[in-house]
Amino acid sequence: MDEALVRSLTPGVLTVLVRRGADFAAAEDAVQDALIEAFRVWPSEPPRDPRGWLVTVAWRKFLDRARADSARRRREDLVEEEPPPGPAPGVDDTLQLYFLCAHPSLTPSSAVALTLRAVGGLTTRQIARAYLVPEATMAQRISRAKRTVSGVRFDRPGDVATVLRVLYLVFNEGYSGDVDLAAEAIRLTRQLAAAIDHPEVAGLLALMLLHHARRASRTAPDGGLVPLAEQDRGRWDTRMIAEGVGILQAALARDRLGEFQAQAAVAALHADAPTAGETDWVQIVEWYDELTRLTDSPVVRLNRAVAMGEADGPRAGLAALAALDDSLPRYAAVAAYLHERDGDPETAARLYAEAARKALNLAERDYLTRQAARLNAGRRR
Amino acid sequence: MAKYLLLKHYRGAPAAVNDVPMDRWTPEEISAHIQYMNDFAVRLEKTGEFVDGQALAPEGAWVRYDGEGRPPVTDGPFAETKDLIAGWMIIDVDSYERAVELAGELSAAPGAGGKPIHEWLEVRPFLAAHPTTTE
Repeated sequence: MDEALVRSLTPGVLTVLVRRGADFAAAEDAVQDALIEAFRVWPSEPPRDPRGWLVTVAWRKFLDRARADSARRRREDLVEEEPPPGPAPGVDDTLQLYFLCAHPSLTPSSAVALTLRAVGGLTTRQIARAYLVPEATMAQRISRAKRTVSGVRFDRPGDVATVLRVLYLVFNEGYSGDVDLAAEAIRLTRQLAAAIDHPEVAGLLALMLLHHARRASRTAPDGGLVPLAEQDRGRWDTRMIAEGVGILQAALARDRLGEFQAQAAVAALHADAPTAGETDWVQIVEWYDELTRLTDSPVVRLNRAVAMGEADGPRAGLAALAALDDSLPRYAAVAAYLHERDGDPETAARLYAEAARKALNLAERDYLTRQAARLNAGRRR
Repeated sequence: MAKYLLLKHYRGAPAAVNDVPMDRWTPEEISAHIQYMNDFAVRLEKTGEFVDGQALAPEGAWVRYDGEGRPPVTDGPFAETKDLIAGWMIIDVDSYERAVELAGELSAAPGAGGKPIHEWLEVRPFLAAHPTTTE
């Protein structure tokens, strides 16, 4: 059974229930129940019409719950009605679902969880395992999120930018547990790109593909991080890169530049270089200038300092770095890298050790400690 | 079964036998250390004794309530604080002796020169929520 294929039917099934009059929260629960039943039954009894099967079972689950809740007259009335056939679901409904699950009244963690369940069709247990929290905690997070959006009209267009932020958060979580969140984010962004024609949606999809294409080369056999310059470029997924570049070029041609397109352009320039030494750092600096204009983010300025160090030499990079706040995450790591390239291993080793103490995750900490160790060992020789 | 917390300290534990800061090891020694720690956790998962393991960043802050309608006070880190936790592993084992045996193995992780660190790990039993037998 192709689990991703089953899950791709989720938004369509959910919107059918909502259009038949089920409220969003109850419909979402019913679809979740139907999915769990599908995963149980389909391996031995695959249905001829998977989508029809899911709609029928989800609607029955919804009615069962409504019946059980006999105190609520309105639902009782609904039970007596035959479900109206309803028009074939259009892409607009799926889009509305994305907007609802990324509604600005939700916290980022709630929007992520609700999107993965209601749009992605993941079970609460899978989402909980992916984010390393207890299943009961994730169940609460999802039901609170549904309460928060319960008053939101389903037919109002939302802001694409909020949806993109949620999908980007999912992508950046990477993978743990049995769900590959990066692949799931790509699937959901692909589905969104099919539902709405927007250059930033295309930009985000291109960015994800270009990063994902390098995944195999990013981790050493011992689990350590491999920096871009040292990656085995033969292991990059060239088909995925070509797809990302194609999507990006079509988006850029529309001349409505945004943050994700600019980030994807940087990723495309890296992907395009046959060796690290052939990277077009001058163009990368120009893209970071664009990004600075678009976002004015200190993290972008830090990345720009790295690119300056490659384009114009480590002194130029250090000069760009001097203008930034040294409490920025990864500031010490960038400074260490530039000082080493500037021929000062002693300062670099000290800064790498400092960067390791401030690292944001274990993989980075181990990598930075190793860099400090490498320089210290070199100086002892 | 009983749960135990194995605590690793950045500061506050008695000095290890092989006490060299990690950035003074060779990169290969660091790799060997990380491999040992990973293998240890995987082995405990296989024996059904692993519950959780987490590492903590060295820097944090002290926080306390500062009265109605006021934001909490944050302060520190204080240099005089003797104890600094680096991380933990929670195990669920049959006996205290088994907990001590496992802590001993964890403390044998290789460090500088490829030799065991012999670091001191703190073993703390969890207080169970309910008595395991009634009457």
